[in-house]
Amino acid sequence: MNTSTAEIIARCQALFDDLNFSYAREWKAAVPGRIVVGFMPFYVPRELIHAAGGLPLGVLGGGEQLEVIQGDAYYQSYICRIPRSTIELGVTNRLDFVDAMLFPSICDVIRNLSGMWKIMFPKVRSRYFDVPQNYRDDVGGAFYISELTELREMLAEASGRAVTDAAIRASIGLYNENRALVREVYAFRARQPWKAPSAEVYLLMRAGMILAVEEHSRMLREYLAAAAAEERPRRDNSRVVVTGAFCEQPPLNLIKSIELSGCYIVDDDFMLVNRWEQSDVSQEGDPVANLAAAYLHNSANTSAKYEPDVEQKGLYLVDAVKRSRAEGVIFASPSFCDPALLERPMLQRVLAAHDIPFIAFKYAENSGQMQPIREQAGTFADSIKLWSNP
Amino acid sequence: MTVTQAAEVVKDSSMLKQKEMISGNYRKLETAAADGRKVAATFVPGNLNELIMCFDMLNNLPEINAIQNGLRKKTGGYIMEAEKRGHSEDVCTYVKADLGMIAKGNIGPDGQKLPNPDLLLLSYTGCFTFMKWFELLRDHYRCETAMLHVPYQGDGKISANMIAYVVRQLKEEVIPKLERISGVKFDIDRLRENLARSARAEEDFVWVLESAKKKPSPIDAYFGGVYYIGPIFTAFRGTEDATEYYRLLRAEIAERMERGQGPVTPTGDMPSERYRLVVEGPPNWTSFRDFWKMFYEEGAVVVASTYTKVGGLYDQGFRHDPAKPLESLAEYCLGCYTNRNLPSRIDLIEKYMEDYQADGILINSIKSCNSFSAGQLLVLREIERRTGKPGAFIESDLVDPRYFSPANIKNRLESYFQMVDQRRAGGGSAPARAA
Ligand code: SF4
Ligand code: SF4
Repeated sequence: MNTSTAEIIARCQALFDDLNFSYAREWKAAVPGRIVVGFMPFYVPRELIHAAGGLPLGVLGGGEQLEVIQGDAYYQSYICRIPRSTIELGVTNRLDFVDAMLFPSICDVIRNLSGMWKIMFPKVRSRYFDVPQNYRDDVGGAFYISELTELREMLAEASGRAVTDAAIRASIGLYNENRALVREVYAFRARQPWKAPSAEVYLLMRAGMILAVEEHSRMLREYLAAAAAEERPRRDNSRVVVTGAFCEQPPLNLIKSIELSGCYIVDDDFMLVNRWEQSDVSQEGDPVANLAAAYLHNSANTSAKYEPDVEQKGLYLVDAVKRSRAEGVIFASPSFCDPALLERPMLQRVLAAHDIPFIAFKYAENSGQMQPIREQAGTFADSIKLWSNP
Repeated sequence: MTVTQAAEVVKDSSMLKQKEMISGNYRKLETAAADGRKVAATFVPGNLNELIMCFDMLNNLPEINAIQNGLRKKTGGYIMEAEKRGHSEDVCTYVKADLGMIAKGNIGPDGQKLPNPDLLLLSYTGCFTFMKWFELLRDHYRCETAMLHVPYQGDGKISANMIAYVVRQLKEEVIPKLERISGVKFDIDRLRENLARSARAEEDFVWVLESAKKKPSPIDAYFGGVYYIGPIFTAFRGTEDATEYYRLLRAEIAERMERGQGPVTPTGDMPSERYRLVVEGPPNWTSFRDFWKMFYEEGAVVVASTYTKVGGLYDQGFRHDPAKPLESLAEYCLGCYTNRNLPSRIDLIEKYMEDYQADGILINSIKSCNSFSAGQLLVLREIERRTGKPGAFIESDLVDPRYFSPANIKNRLESYFQMVDQRRAGGGSAPARAA
């Protein structure tokens, strides 16, 4: 019998709710020598971790459920929430099975958290993972290959086994397949958003932060089949892209509220790592060079990446709107998030130049009050309809 | 960076010299178009002043404009202007002070119109906001941008890969762009000469900073320190003027030291040194003098500060080196204070606490600046734990007057000084050093 979307999403919800990461603990315990490597948003080369016999585990903060007690003692009120809930996860031993932590180069908060981790959890290997802001193969590429090589060595040490080229190639294959399925889910939702509600797609993608890639790909396939087969009521919602939520995640209720207020989310930047490389990474030749080339020439755009061409600035959002046939953009950013909030005015200017309507609000991962957001999104949905049907 | 208001009170010859240098640079900026000079806008940490000079270009530093406007209490209005135009209340106020100033006609701190830059030379070391700041400026000016990405010292060290990457960017991207925009061909010997002058100034500068090891300290290494870093952190490193400035400054401080004098304050010499502090974090600029007063009135002298290391850690041995010009620029950019990881920052502060025989650590946590502030509560804990000395934590902002609360800060400082007294009366610090 085929699995229903409800069953798949129930599994995803259970993974999402489990702040003890039982799945990852069990995965590690099942075979001696396995390692788990935690990473913070938004991008790390998961292929290398996989090739080292590791499980890449996305650490995306504590969400609504986690009561942050100790973590607050490490951060001033004007710093976003994700680092404090991540510290809370650490000091409450919820991450005690994690062998290494990676802190991607996204902002100064995560950057400094990498050093805090070294001090607070000295037995865990932790690494600030730098990526180039120069996209020439002989400049940024050379730097990045060397960074990837250092990471490869660290992972080999952690797992006690060599990370071979063949293993990396095989991992690239698995992640190519996974990314293709992720893209398919996004495309499916953009075509028939009533058949793939955003909260479901969100939970599916969150599952990809925890599950082994093979298992996640299976899940995506099952979901696509089940969602296509199920009839669901189609509403007269407006179609929107949500942007700015690439790091600290919005509460699930916020995503639900946007949809309930009359907006179908047809594209978003939650968990960009799932769709980072925008087409297949080559499996021919040197696999590390291929990962580097994919980063330089074929990866998603976001605030933390420099855009060398002023004419191109912000067009990634316009493209997302066109690709998903969206009618408007919702800027949803974590409070105090420098990268998202500094990028916002530039993106808004570009949207305005393309006559794309937008609204903006801020959230925290534990925001409880959804009423204002529902009202704002509802008014936005109505106004979009008014504009499009004058 | 330079406190011209205070300079009006204390007119040592080094100060007069610096004042002249700063206003001279603003004058040059104002007449740049008429003089046919090209202008590069660039940042303080990791600036490439010696290189820019090789192309006869002028140097305009948005952070310095924000500071100068902050001291003149103009930034509150500029920040509101930027917020009115859609910039979030949550982001760095230097950026908003700059964008607000531009929106209101780009009139510089000295009342004259600043030129549009010919090049945004983005070398962002130690802070991600710089990258966004220049993207925002580029959006406005639509001028050329040269990007120098300086990797972060995540593991607390500078690797050969990092240096090679920065040098490659200098050779492949930055220098060709500077050549094209200025029309001047790059001459590496000219760069070497500039670097040699920098190194000479750096020697004297370090001597000045280290004079604070003496009791009483002849300098205040934070409030006074922000004057001392002026030339070397900004548009003057590598010039004859800067070398001369540090020579003068050193001689003045040597004299104070000989006479057993304490630091100069806006109201004259500091009579007695009661507390020796290390300070982490930038100062507040909009109430700079009130803030300083809260210290000198209590006899508190800052003997070492981290803010005076954002534009280079010369006191830890780094010198610009004419023998390896591009590598040395790379090392400089990589080594600035906020480009060091948090454990290295803590180690450095601990070292300052010992080397300068400080009574405690004070953290001025700046709302604007995640680069400095994220993690400072752990810095405080670690320093207290390692040294057994008391610490204090206050919060303010750089140039947003809404976030400077004098009564709160004064209260906090007063109870802190009492704590230091009690600790002393109780027979010292009993440092419970970690193994
Ligand atoms: S939410 Fe924004 S500011 Fe906070 S850690 Fe993430 S990217 Fe940085
Ligand atoms: S965030 Fe801090 S370092 Fe960065 S520009 Fe603002 S004040 Fe400067």
